[in-house]
Amino acid sequence: MQEINVQYVAELARIRLTEEEETRFGGQLSQILEYVDKLNQLDVEGIDPMTHAVPLVNVTRKDEVQPSLSNELALKNAPASLNGLFKVPKIVE
Amino acid sequence: MEYEIVIGLETHVQLKTRSKMWCGCVNQFGGEPNTHVCPVCLGFPGVLPVANEEALRLTVLTGMLLNCGLPKRAKFDRKNYFYPDASKNYQITQYDLPSTLKGCVEFESENKTCRVGITRAHLEEDVGKSSHFDRVSGVDFNRAGVPLLEIVSEPEITSVQMASDYLNELKTILIYGGISDCDMEKGMVRCDLNLSTRPVGQKELGKKVEIKNMNSFSGARKALTYEMNRQIKVLRNGGALIQETRRWDDAEGMTHSMRSKEMAHDYRYLPEPDLMPFEPETAWYDSIRESVVELPLARKRRYMKDYGLPPKDTETLVSNPSLAGYFEKAAEHSKKPKAVANLILNNLRACMSESNHSVDDLKIQPTHIHELVQLVDSGKINSRIAQEVFNAVYESGKSPQGIVEEKGLAQVSDSSTIDAFCDEVIKANPKSVEDFQAGKQNALNFLKGQVMRLSKGKANPALVGQVLEKRILNP
Ligand SMILES: [Zn+2]
Repeated sequence: MQEINVQYVAELARIRLTEEEETRFGGQLSQILEYVDKLNQLDVEGIDPMTHAVPLVNVTRKDEVQPSLSNELALKNAPASLNGLFKVPKIVE
Repeated sequence: MEYEIVIGLETHVQLKTRSKMWCGCVNQFGGEPNTHVCPVCLGFPGVLPVANEEALRLTVLTGMLLNCGLPKRAKFDRKNYFYPDASKNYQITQYDLPSTLKGCVEFESENKTCRVGITRAHLEEDVGKSSHFDRVSGVDFNRAGVPLLEIVSEPEITSVQMASDYLNELKTILIYGGISDCDMEKGMVRCDLNLSTRPVGQKELGKKVEIKNMNSFSGARKALTYEMNRQIKVLRNGGALIQETRRWDDAEGMTHSMRSKEMAHDYRYLPEPDLMPFEPETAWYDSIRESVVELPLARKRRYMKDYGLPPKDTETLVSNPSLAGYFEKAAEHSKKPKAVANLILNNLRACMSESNHSVDDLKIQPTHIHELVQLVDSGKINSRIAQEVFNAVYESGKSPQGIVEEKGLAQVSDSSTIDAFCDEVIKANPKSVEDFQAGKQNALNFLKGQVMRLSKGKANPALVGQVLEKRILNP
């Protein structure tokens, strides 16, 4: 059984969990890890790690400018805005 | 005990592309806030980034200019963190398989040739820009997603001066290669400084202190100097340093520990699932290799060797690529490249800064400079008149020869004319003539000046001197 520091993971994800949730998710995450751990039983000697399952490389686009959104449209979904900016809680340096 | 410092630098440079890294928004400084944005660079759900081929090309070109290895396979990764200026809550960067690896920069510092290793130059994206108000902050994402190259040096820099020379050389190389405009005012270059101190003779590095986000080289210099002195003082007093991030406060001229606010970083890098890896073909590398330009240091050495220019003049030219290009065109067929350089460094630069012109705006052409030097060299005009001709060509873009003819500025070397001028001056200044006969050399200079004035500056000064001397001493 793998131990997971659920509090730490929750902090990294910026979410707050109740004690009950912490226990429940902890169990679930351990199960997932255990499942993934099955891969460790495979012999992968001499096999290159891959980051994608699709054998595709060098996907690029030409350096061409396309129209952008208007400021109004860009901010339309923002919970709050100010002088054309996305308004956020005060950032402390 | 004596101490020494070790510096490593991470330099972030915005690439000179038309569009952003993953979307078609314009890569352009300024603009009304949040008008160069789209669903991709705003990090909306469901969008897909597509890599800008020009940014990849410029990255590889930088690798070539910095003598880097070019791995067969490169990929992008997500660096996860929460900060309001990161629209996606992660930054796309290259973690374990960067596009370039292990190179070096060669430059001159304190009269020595130095070489600093480059760990890697990898491609990532810039983040948004935040403004701070009384109780809230605001974010403008115009800059988010602009291609950003991070150039990491090895910890091999051993003085503040060397760090400064490294940064300037790097900047010049990037401008030469057309990689970036490196406009500091527009925030196109920023750097993180790593500095540690150790007793001389100790092999292991001292505790690393990182100072992040310097946006000027002069600021970097000041921060490094301050930090060096601080660290040495702590060690001298028997204290211990810790590995930490410090912030440079330009107004106070000090660094401050950021320890209290900083949580241990855990970026949880993972391969960017939305971008396929890159396995460039040889032909692509070959086509980029054609854009490799002569490096500034090589150019500097060539100017000194081929044109016999002094180091200081060479440096001034080389650090300004457009002026250097102008000089080369002017000096190409000249027998007097030094005179060409002087005109460019003194007259041309003075006029340019006075009228706020860049090389592209100039009416005066490199061939004009060459012609002007020839006119002086052949005795057609004297060097004082050359200044007048220069100014006229600068203003009008007409040829120097044409100006000389139009204004009748050709040097007067005709002996009967000069004789007549000299006679007139001798007659009008009996006192000075006497003085000169009595051995006062200054008196001759005065008389010479009078003749030049009478000739409106056009007389051949050497000839005037000879004639005066002959006529006064052996009348
Ligand atoms: Zn965009």
